[in-house]
Amino acid sequence: MSKPRARRYSVRMAGIGGQGVVTASHVLSNGVIIDKGESTMVPFFGSEKRMAPVESYVRISEDSIYEIGEIIYPNVIVIFHTQVITHGKSYTMPFYWGLKPNGVVIINSETDLQLNPDEERELRDMNAKVFHVPASKLAVEVGGTELATNMGMVGAIAGILGMPSAEAIAQSIKERFIGKGIVVSGGTAALDNVIERKFAKKAELVAKNNDVAVAAREYALERGWDSWWMDGYKDSSDLRREQAAATGAN
Amino acid sequence: MIHVLMSSDYLMLEAPREKEFITGSEAAKEAIRRANVDIAIAYPITPQSETMQQVGYLYAEGYIKDYYRGEEEIGVMSAVAGASRAGVRVLTATAGPGLMRGMEAIVSWPGARLPSVLLVMCRVVNTPLAIQPDNVEISYLLNAGGIVLHGENQQDFYDFPLAGFMTGEKPEVTLPVAVAVDGFFVTHARGWVNMPSEDLKLPPRNCYHEAVPMMDNENPPIRISRDAPIQKSNFISYQMHASWQQEIWAAQERAKKWLDRWLGGLIEIVNPKAKTMIVASGAAVSQSREAVRQGEEQGLDIGLIKVKSLRPFPGKELDEALDHADRIIVPEFNYIGWLSKEVKSAIKRSDRVVAGPRVFGGMTMPTELILETITGIKK
Repeated sequence: MSKPRARRYSVRMAGIGGQGVVTASHVLSNGVIIDKGESTMVPFFGSEKRMAPVESYVRISEDSIYEIGEIIYPNVIVIFHTQVITHGKSYTMPFYWGLKPNGVVIINSETDLQLNPDEERELRDMNAKVFHVPASKLAVEVGGTELATNMGMVGAIAGILGMPSAEAIAQSIKERFIGKGIVVSGGTAALDNVIERKFAKKAELVAKNNDVAVAAREYALERGWDSWWMDGYKDSSDLRREQAAATGAN
Repeated sequence: MIHVLMSSDYLMLEAPREKEFITGSEAAKEAIRRANVDIAIAYPITPQSETMQQVGYLYAEGYIKDYYRGEEEIGVMSAVAGASRAGVRVLTATAGPGLMRGMEAIVSWPGARLPSVLLVMCRVVNTPLAIQPDNVEISYLLNAGGIVLHGENQQDFYDFPLAGFMTGEKPEVTLPVAVAVDGFFVTHARGWVNMPSEDLKLPPRNCYHEAVPMMDNENPPIRISRDAPIQKSNFISYQMHASWQQEIWAAQERAKKWLDRWLGGLIEIVNPKAKTMIVASGAAVSQSREAVRQGEEQGLDIGLIKVKSLRPFPGKELDEALDHADRIIVPEFNYIGWLSKEVKSAIKRSDRVVAGPRVFGGMTMPTELILETITGIKK
């Protein structure tokens, strides 16, 4: 396929309660705004709780965005937890329902998920590009906590879609956890000990979260996933399918 | 230092503005900050609560003289009537079922000629109940007698309440104003809002300069509810009612010129010469703008009319702007299709109106659905 004229992505994020899906959508959305792009986001409002399905929707673009509300027909689907697919913890079944042709699917998983043949076929018919990113693994290894999985997913999205920039994500994470008005380096001396300690803890939190985002972004870029929109580009499922065909395995 | 302005025109039209990326609730807060509100009264209900919480911060900062949580919506809406009768500038907000509960008091405001602003963050009112932005509740407001504005986005949720206060308090208007937006999509999502400096403030309400004098020690309450000749069945009573109701709806007509001035027209027209025209209000306008853009990419010529004011309804303006159109699509976020009925009754050759598409229970409207209705092709 050819690259869309003005880059314009409707991203549906699905995960489970407690993973920070909504926070991730805020960070992604604000990152694009920091980069002087346009973005709107809205979470799915219902009775959210830990381990229950959560969806959040982000529109990002280099051009004006008019639409509001949840995204029914996304061109990017991001799955934060494999249970969304394997346990059906999702508002949309199958997980790619509504995906537009030539879309992108990004799944948080260390290994390629084996989808059932119907799902494989439907995704192939839509020319969907499927990427598996080990965001939780990177979160533990780089950030020291699985809680940073969501920032790993933001990094991977940005790496694959080419927006927002790494600098904007860093700024967006900072604004999310510390707020706009505070500069990390200056002014800290004036704060009293308690605030300083709290602030130092927050600064560390911001740094670790950003490290995970950077690591996931690099993971995607090292594999050349940012070229997904080029003609004939093969994603991880394509390669696996070819390999399976060559060896006669299924 | 807060500057209380001598003229509302400066704040509404002339003051230089700067762009901020904020939620609809925050946009409403910024409007209230500049609106010189005397008292805010509300009872919490999702998705209105966040906005009134923001207004609470304004009270804490000293921008509002008094603020309290009423016992429930009938109490709140009755208290709003009391505050407005006492001559102060009053704000309230509610959503869905809260609006329904407060309706008994709300429909009494226009007849009592009580200026105020009621923010309505639309949500489902019928069964099965939900908190999503289905806007059927607006249809109940349309016959109440007050002015009803329907905002599309965060920018409107800043501009419309200010225009509401100023218009409602004009002596030839003297009516309450409801500013509705579709909940969550506007209130909880962020968008660009152009606003003047926060140290500017509207002039205060001039309650001695309205159609009905405010109630104080020298002016008893206007006597319309307890006088025997009016309440009993007799021809004096019927005559009184006829002139009184007529006057409310005439006051609405007189509000048009002020809304025109401060909202930049009762309607906004995009691509006016297109043979296929969409007419929409609220969040359906945003979805339609995107449908127009996508249509353009596919070589379709589609126009759009945004209806900003539902009461007064811009019937004449719509009739003129739609005269050339072959087909008129009216997408709505409710089952009843109140806007398509309004449009049909206002224009000539109403069989041109395609009454739909519609989404229910607070679902957003996919632009694909609008384009499918236009092309007749399912994707």
